[in-house]
Amino acid sequence: MTIRVEGIGVWGPGMTDWSSCQTVLNGAGLPEEAKCGDPPAATLSPQERRRSIATARLAVEVAGQACAAAGRQDARDYATVFSSSGGDLATLGNICETLARDPRLLSPTRFHNSVHNAPGGYWGIASGCERASTSLSAGPASFAAGLLEAATQCAVEEAPVMLVAYDLPGPAPLADVCGIAIGFAVALALTPAGANDAPALSLHFETTPVAETVMQDAVLEALRLGNPAARCLPLLSALAAGDIRDVVMDGGGDDRLVVTVARPE
Amino acid sequence: MTPLNVSAYTATNAAGEGKAALLQALEERRSGLRPFSDPGGLSACAGEIAGLDTPIATDPVNFDCRNHRLAERALDQDGFRGAVTDAIGRYGAGRIAVLAATSTSGIRETEDAYRHRAADGSLPAAFRFDTMHNMQALGAFVRLSLGLRGPCYTLSTACSSSAKAFASGARLIAAGIVDAAVVCGVDTLCRNTLYGFNSLELVSASPCRPCDRDRDGISIGEGAGFALLERGEPASGIRLIGYGESSDAFHMSSPHPEGRGAIGAMKAALKRAELDAPSVDYINLHGTASVVNDKIEDMAVMTVFGGSVPCSSTKGWTGHTLGAAGVTEAVIACLSLENGLIPGCLNTTAVDPAFKSRVVLENERRPVRRVMSNSLGFGGNNCSLIFGCPS
Repeated sequence: MTIRVEGIGVWGPGMTDWSSCQTVLNGAGLPEEAKCGDPPAATLSPQERRRSIATARLAVEVAGQACAAAGRQDARDYATVFSSSGGDLATLGNICETLARDPRLLSPTRFHNSVHNAPGGYWGIASGCERASTSLSAGPASFAAGLLEAATQCAVEEAPVMLVAYDLPGPAPLADVCGIAIGFAVALALTPAGANDAPALSLHFETTPVAETVMQDAVLEALRLGNPAARCLPLLSALAAGDIRDVVMDGGGDDRLVVTVARPE
Repeated sequence: MTPLNVSAYTATNAAGEGKAALLQALEERRSGLRPFSDPGGLSACAGEIAGLDTPIATDPVNFDCRNHRLAERALDQDGFRGAVTDAIGRYGAGRIAVLAATSTSGIRETEDAYRHRAADGSLPAAFRFDTMHNMQALGAFVRLSLGLRGPCYTLSTACSSSAKAFASGARLIAAGIVDAAVVCGVDTLCRNTLYGFNSLELVSASPCRPCDRDRDGISIGEGAGFALLERGEPASGIRLIGYGESSDAFHMSSPHPEGRGAIGAMKAALKRAELDAPSVDYINLHGTASVVNDKIEDMAVMTVFGGSVPCSSTKGWTGHTLGAAGVTEAVIACLSLENGLIPGCLNTTAVDPAFKSRVVLENERRPVRRVMSNSLGFGGNNCSLIFGCPS
């Protein structure tokens, strides 16, 4: 199964777009103390931005970037796949605090923001996109699962798909149990494998536990392991380098997603 | 699309555990909804499942939670495990995907953990977020419990979650990534959804009355459902013949006022099934019994189908099983096909006079060959499925 990457969006520690991410991945590296800030998420109206949650702003930011980078398509052309291990843990923590004491007065806005597909909903409202939108989790393997879902949809339906992967650390005490150390988000604007000059990804599902591709740089490897969305870093490295190479991603069990990155033709 | 066999299916909810019990409840028009009160003061009606008090057999240390207890109970019905074992024999465990779906997973465990925090604020040592509450806890549990090794992830798009699992499963098969897919949805009662829907003034004090003139909100239900999708001989058994997905792009918790999203999902499902509207014999509505949602869905059905196709909501039996609603109602669609039964809305005494679609209130017995099932969720997330059987 082969699809193409027409646009990339990135937000994370020391990275505010694909260009700054490429600089980091092509050798500049990342200072250990780099933090992930709250992005502008300019696609959101001021009103929606006020109501929104941090994960939605992260998702909307990178989706907007990837859409702009892809250039030739309107945001409304893309079906969307939103992938996140933990969802909005700040909202979850707040709801659990509220429900742990009486009276249990939950805010309706907080409640609708608690659904796993809230960022997808905000993107839909901001972009006006009425196409299919899926939100999923595969725990630490959420990026690979999101890529498999998005690529399958792109190839089978022969239509563009926007993959958005994001995760943010939770507040205490959830932070101790959710395994997310730092914020990171990535979006890939995917199109079917027709004739064009965008880099191609060929996906192959492997049922034996071959070695996962890791980052050689210690700070980037810590980022890869510290956020499920950042498991994309080896793939982004291959795209930044423009090399033909295989990237192996953990699927959650003994399974692996093997992605062959091909140079633009 | 190439139709896929639904070679095994089962559901467990307050109306019945397994196909036979659920069919009997449908035929006898027996609701599973009962008065329910939470110690926090909320009184409502709910479809609670009795006796989920025994820890799971599959890895009880890490995975035990109410959601997985219900999943395990549902998996033990209707020979579903045996059907998966047979499929492993045909294809291999790595060629069968698990597409799980839930809206809140094991959040109940996290809610309880927050009530039992230590003096320093830390959560109890026995609490495991990854295997009890993360959305993927459900997918990982089902994969482990069935011994599968193919792709596995958990969809969570609120009330459309487990309908969309059918679409994702169909695509993984069409792409040749797998030969079969276990599609499932599981959701259990928790304070988050009870108090959350209540904060939106969407919870009825009495058993929900879909499409009723005096409907006043939803009843939340617990539910689990499983289906095995695979390629097969074109003429055998019940098949998934169409799916359609859309977004409202309008509001987080209110549907588009003209039902654009619902219309888009239904039309896309008909197109994939290569059917015209009159070929559908029955529409199982999302029909939550919320004042606005039922009204918009009626408009949308009327736009796509006109007023001739019988439609009803079965949430009067099961309650709204949220992330499990798609698969629960897919199973009811399959029972409708298998048994020639169109279940009329339960608890509903008079259809809203403003409605124009053909809402049925009594059960009808007649040959049923194609059924559409609608799932319309928060965030404006919609999915329609069409199931069929050979004439």
